[in-house]
Amino acid sequence: MEDNILLKINNISVVYSDVIQILKAVSLDIPEGQIVSLLGSNGAGKTTTLKAVSGILKPENGKVTEGTINYEGHNIQNSSPERVTRLGIIQVMEGRQPFKYLTVEENLRVGTATRWGKPYKKDLEMVYHYFAPLVYRKHSLAGYCSGGELQMLVMGRALMAQPRLLLLDEPSLGLAPMLVKEIFEIVKRINKEQRTTLMLVEQNANMALQIANFGYVMENGKIVLEGDAKDLRENPDVKEFYLGVAATGAIKTYKDVKSYKRRKRWL
Amino acid sequence: MRNLQLHPCGNFRETYRQELTIFETDFGRLATLVGLILLFAFVPFVSSAYILYIINTIGIFAIAAIGLNLLIGYTGQISLGHGAFFGVGAYSAAILATKVGVPFVIAVPAGGVITALVGMVFGIPSVRLKHLYLCIATLAGQIILDYVFVQWESLTGGAAGISIPTASLFGLDLGSDRIFFFVIFVCFAVMTWMAVNLIRTRYGRAFIAIRDNDQAAEGMGIPIFLYKLLSFAISSFYAGFAGALYAYYMMSITPEPFSLWLSIEYIAMIIIGGLGSIPGAVFGTVFIVVLNEVLSIATEFLMNVGVTGMGITIAPLREFTYGLAIVLFIIFEPKGLAEVWRIVRSSFRLWPFSY
Amino acid sequence: MEFFFQILINGLSIGFLYALTALGFVMIFKSSSVLNFAHGGLMAIGAFLFLVLSVWARLPIWLAFILTLAGSFSLGFIIERFFLRPLIGEALIEVIMLTLGLFIMFRGLLLFIFGGDIYSYPDFLPPALTFHWGPIEVAGVYVATFIIGLIFLGLFGFFFKYSSQGIYMRSVADNQPAAMALGVHVRRVFALSWAIAALVCAMSGIVLGIINGINVHEVSDLGIKVFPVVILGGLDSIGGAILGGIIIGLLETFTGGYISSGLREVVPYIVLIIILLIKPYGLFGLVEIERV
Repeated sequence: MEDNILLKINNISVVYSDVIQILKAVSLDIPEGQIVSLLGSNGAGKTTTLKAVSGILKPENGKVTEGTINYEGHNIQNSSPERVTRLGIIQVMEGRQPFKYLTVEENLRVGTATRWGKPYKKDLEMVYHYFAPLVYRKHSLAGYCSGGELQMLVMGRALMAQPRLLLLDEPSLGLAPMLVKEIFEIVKRINKEQRTTLMLVEQNANMALQIANFGYVMENGKIVLEGDAKDLRENPDVKEFYLGVAATGAIKTYKDVKSYKRRKRWL
Repeated sequence: MRNLQLHPCGNFRETYRQELTIFETDFGRLATLVGLILLFAFVPFVSSAYILYIINTIGIFAIAAIGLNLLIGYTGQISLGHGAFFGVGAYSAAILATKVGVPFVIAVPAGGVITALVGMVFGIPSVRLKHLYLCIATLAGQIILDYVFVQWESLTGGAAGISIPTASLFGLDLGSDRIFFFVIFVCFAVMTWMAVNLIRTRYGRAFIAIRDNDQAAEGMGIPIFLYKLLSFAISSFYAGFAGALYAYYMMSITPEPFSLWLSIEYIAMIIIGGLGSIPGAVFGTVFIVVLNEVLSIATEFLMNVGVTGMGITIAPLREFTYGLAIVLFIIFEPKGLAEVWRIVRSSFRLWPFSY
Repeated sequence: MEFFFQILINGLSIGFLYALTALGFVMIFKSSSVLNFAHGGLMAIGAFLFLVLSVWARLPIWLAFILTLAGSFSLGFIIERFFLRPLIGEALIEVIMLTLGLFIMFRGLLLFIFGGDIYSYPDFLPPALTFHWGPIEVAGVYVATFIIGLIFLGLFGFFFKYSSQGIYMRSVADNQPAAMALGVHVRRVFALSWAIAALVCAMSGIVLGIINGINVHEVSDLGIKVFPVVILGGLDSIGGAILGGIIIGLLETFTGGYISSGLREVVPYIVLIIILLIKPYGLFGLVEIERV
């Protein structure tokens, strides 16, 4: 890739509680201004990769034992979330974690923590512009919002920090297909209009590969496949295992999927 | 016949029976037996009256501390009312002995049973309350019971208290410390044995499940309210039983010792000893009682030397050291003396090859 | 009737004192979910610090006041830094026991230095504060308490509701990992909340000292009395703390005045148990929102 690399993950290994190794020598590049998606099944280590970047491994007793994470010349492996977020990397955590007892607007204001004391009115407007439904829920408690609103809320909250690199962890989790589409469109617009670089972790490979420029596939804590998003979309293995399309091009029947006859391991 | 085991060989178990054993090795069994024999055959005869008094106090308090550890350490229900329950046991035994004329053998268990009932009443809030809220509810229980001790003069004798006739067991006079030692420590051994075994039964496992996650426990079919109440009842029974022994041992009781302070002392015992460990409760009791005595001797000494001015009682210094001990233990060894003991023991056992 | 009004006024002013005490308590709970048993200890330290500065060191009252607040503020920081930070993530009972341990330590220390005597501050309140209404007289200290209470209520309400730092503090209490991921400086929030709470404690300690004179036992006992107050109002509601304080104050004085003075001390706890059984989250506490 010729572009300016914003984040370079170089050969990192992550170990939890000193014994459980989750990531084994993972390397990724995230070019500035692009959307990179990270695919993989449950437990492949996608979320751990994100946490290694954003620094919230430490409270969970995890550690980057080898390798470096380089962000614009700063080595940020094992640094505190306070430092990482102030450098402009914000993670949107999996499973939509709002501040339940704060109103929607207060939730958004927490996003300004990295630049405390500076004006935020314009950013609020920007967030309401992207996530229009939030305007109507401004003053209600986040705990009573619907799943879709919450997803918008947590993404908007992260946008408030004016991130340069936004780490999105499974934004489509548990949302209706229509809503997923809408959210992905907004993600794409944010990328275009705000020039925010995005790293997208997804189970919904189809959606993710449609908006991403580049993709990585993880399995068992390793990167097993990488390539331009459109190449990945055409890759027969990805097609079969993540897009649900058989090598022949026909949609696989449920029966075939269930039988797991051709379980491909890349290594 | 199976081989005798002297050293435990790692955490390696093949059957559930092994998981349930009390003594990991035959050596442990032997050590316990020898310890018990030494306790009963030597301690009361070689120790001076003062040491014996301390040991007796430790025995009584340890019974109550084990009860509290069953509640806090195993069931996860925080109680700040244990001191009051101890008092309830003492008062019920005293009232039964003086007003009804019940003999010692019945009065002590009866004190335990009455306290268990009272404890269940104060355990009722645990249906809806967890953690902090339960802790505060039991705090309220402590203060209300305290009030009852002082104000229900017709029954408790108010601030003046009650004096209790000398205990006698089957015609044997239990007036002296030495004889009472046997009573206390037989009770102590039996109660400890019961507690250790309780943890191995389905009840014990249910308690632990509730402590770890009560909603999950309920989902697995454990009627949590019943078990929480049961835990309160058992724990209060231990407290009441110990309280009744205390009343007989002290010969007279006033409301004063059963204050919030005592409850805090009990919690300190099990925290310092180690939550969720029966030997821990005993270690903690020894630590606190000995600390109390050492501090009073130390302050007395200081007063005699003339370092501290007049009018300064031992209480402040004692309080300070006490608080400090609690704070240090929580920060540096949150698993308590039981853990320290385990580490010391295993480093001896494994020496010189520590890995 | 006059008796009734006098009791009413007494109850209100004691209630306001409780409310002020409860404020600092709610403050810590709101931001770090720690139940602070050392509250009474912090109050006593504030009160005695003021005594030392104003009476023994003969500083002017305003300077002593400011220094006391500054000292308590730093004390809060220190406590958080050295005692509570190692415990982040530990079980609740250990944190509770730690604050209990701190409480005992502080009390022991103060008793050691000052003994169990009653001290009093110099009389510095302007006599104009005394308020007359027919035959009823409200002492200046009560009026001062009332005013201070209102000011603090306003300040804290505003702080938590509108200021960014207040919102960050609430967010940490709400969902610590999420706040961390957004770059909220969690440790700073904890330290700040303890510092502010210690400051409020010192405030209420001083007010108590002005009203009753200070005595280690009495001030630190108030730290226990704060529990019924905050439970009644809801552990995390500032408005609830104020109202809870007033209700408990009134209950106490009316029980003391009309029923028996012995019962007076216990009534709050009886109320507490009833409240916990009927409305476990208090009058204004947040009901736990649980989504599955």
